[in-house]
Amino acid sequence: MNSKLTRRRFIKGVIFSGAAATTGAGVYLANAQNGAGTAERLINLNINGRTRPVDVMPSETLAYTLRYKLDLTGTKIGCNRGECGACTVLVDGVANYACSVLTHNVKDKAVVSIEGIKSVDGTLHAVQQAFIDENSPQCGFCTPGQVMSAVALLNSNPRPTREEVRAGLSGNLCRCGAYEHYINGVLRASRQIA
Amino acid sequence: MPSHDVMPNMELYQPVQVEDALAIADRLAERGWLVGGGQDTYGWLKDRAKSADALIDLSAIESLRGVRETADGIEIGALTTLSEVATSDLIRSSYSLLADAAGVVASPQIRNIGTLGGNVSQDVRCWYYRRGLSCYRAGGNLCYADTPQGMNREHALFDQSRCVAAGASDTAPALVALDASMVVQNLNGERVIAARDFFVGPANDIENTTVLRPGDILTSVRIPSAWANAEFYWEKVADRNVWDFSLVNVAAAFKTIDGQIEDSRIVVGAVQTTPRRLTEVENAIRGSRRTADTAEAVKELSTTGARTLAHNGFKVPLMQNLVKRAISS
Ligand SMILES: Cc1cc2nc3c(=O)[nH]c(=O)nc-3n(C[C@H](O)[C@H](O)[C@H](O)COP(=O)(O)OP(=O)(O)OC[C@H]3O[C@@H](n4cnc5c(N)ncnc54)[C@H](O)[C@@H]3O)c2cc1C
Ligand code: SF4
Ligand code: FES
Ligand code: FES
Repeated sequence: MNSKLTRRRFIKGVIFSGAAATTGAGVYLANAQNGAGTAERLINLNINGRTRPVDVMPSETLAYTLRYKLDLTGTKIGCNRGECGACTVLVDGVANYACSVLTHNVKDKAVVSIEGIKSVDGTLHAVQQAFIDENSPQCGFCTPGQVMSAVALLNSNPRPTREEVRAGLSGNLCRCGAYEHYINGVLRASRQIA
Repeated sequence: MPSHDVMPNMELYQPVQVEDALAIADRLAERGWLVGGGQDTYGWLKDRAKSADALIDLSAIESLRGVRETADGIEIGALTTLSEVATSDLIRSSYSLLADAAGVVASPQIRNIGTLGGNVSQDVRCWYYRRGLSCYRAGGNLCYADTPQGMNREHALFDQSRCVAAGASDTAPALVALDASMVVQNLNGERVIAARDFFVGPANDIENTTVLRPGDILTSVRIPSAWANAEFYWEKVADRNVWDFSLVNVAAAFKTIDGQIEDSRIVVGAVQTTPRRLTEVENAIRGSRRTADTAEAVKELSTTGARTLAHNGFKVPLMQNLVKRAISS
């Protein structure tokens, strides 16, 4: 069987079991009856400077598409509800939570995930290098999101104050509490790029 | 609570013209769910606590975005993001009260996509209701929060009527303080509603937080110049500075002549379902100076009529102190 088809079936299976796991039987039935318009549609997603065709369900989130359909698993899902920032990506240069954006919503926009941050020749972005130099990450789970927020901040404000960095990264939770190290990293990167 | 990685299967409409959006919203009525930025919407859907057949995504309708000057003030498209509201020069320069309120909603990423229209139209944040329990607000016949064991630390002090949920929107009190009005369209035409009448409490309608009905779309918010460049005060107190909803907030505007208060608006958020305007306090301080004595004199008056629940008693002194600071700062 064609691997794309298998993958598509697998994804449908996941959606099905997700709905079946709900408590209210009524809700599940309502969803099951609503089979009509919910087919995947092929869109061209502009991701990390490339155009990639991908089949997307109408209400699918960008984090889901990136991780489970495009194998871009650098974007983490921590809470899946806008409360942690692990899924942060750039949409037309603006930091958004990929878990709380529909993929169909960004189909005409340029999306950059953590995989698209280093330059084509493999050189790390100044923020990534600075995070290494400052030992910013602890467990590392929140790191991709922290990098994305830092890049968004430095793109709009290359010379931020410590307070501005704090505000710029405030939508990214770090369970390890490595905040000060991330802030040091952003300030180091700022000195390098400015 | 089951946590879901996926959204439920739904149809998605992405109109680019407001006329098309109105036609779809009218046709689908209760089966459709309007989406501005989706930041309130997706939680409901992922939890399967509420459902609809189709999402009507308004974000591609360019005519509903942006801030412009009008003959008497400014008009803000309902789809303008909270980040845009917080940083707009037009808003910052003369109506900074609203910019300040929008600038502390949720987190930067949520403000980057969450809209002003969605912010004022969002539903209450009561755990029980959000969990999908069949409480009064969900059409049932009991309240889980207003019990001795209930988790009601965040809940209301005033205007309780079976439901004791507090309003969640940070921009709502600022809009009421600025005498804003809301422009609502449906297939039958347009109506303009004063912000203070746009928000509704449980005594009047227990299942909705606003007057919006299926088929209605909030298209813009108008702010009259009446309060332009007044002396403003905004403060939000929450458990954390990011993500958390207001425990109490205050949005105030003062016009003074030779240091004496000629007119004011003092509106407190998160103490009832709707923004609470303190008209009696406004009357009491008219003619006085914005001093600590003036503030102290209306301390008790500011919370007269409060009925505390088992765990939200702290909101009374919090609210008094915020009102005092607003007056004397
Ligand atoms: C983690 C988290 C923290 C939050 N913290 C805060 C906070 O501190 N303060 C605060 O105020 N809010 C907070 N919110 C709530 C809310 O998500 C945001 O305020 C945001 O502004 C909502 O806007 P939206 O456009 O994304 O809403 P949506 O989810 O798109 O819409 C919300 C509701 O309004 C309706 N709606 C949207 N646009 C229109 C329109 N034009 N006409 C008619 N109806 C419409 C929708 O149908 C829906 O019912 C938080 C949310 C999350 C997830
Ligand atoms: S406070 Fe309102 S929303 Fe919460 S459980 Fe009671 S009735 Fe339901
Ligand atoms: S996974 Fe998106 S904010 Fe937590
Ligand atoms: S480094 Fe562990 S969560 Fe941030």
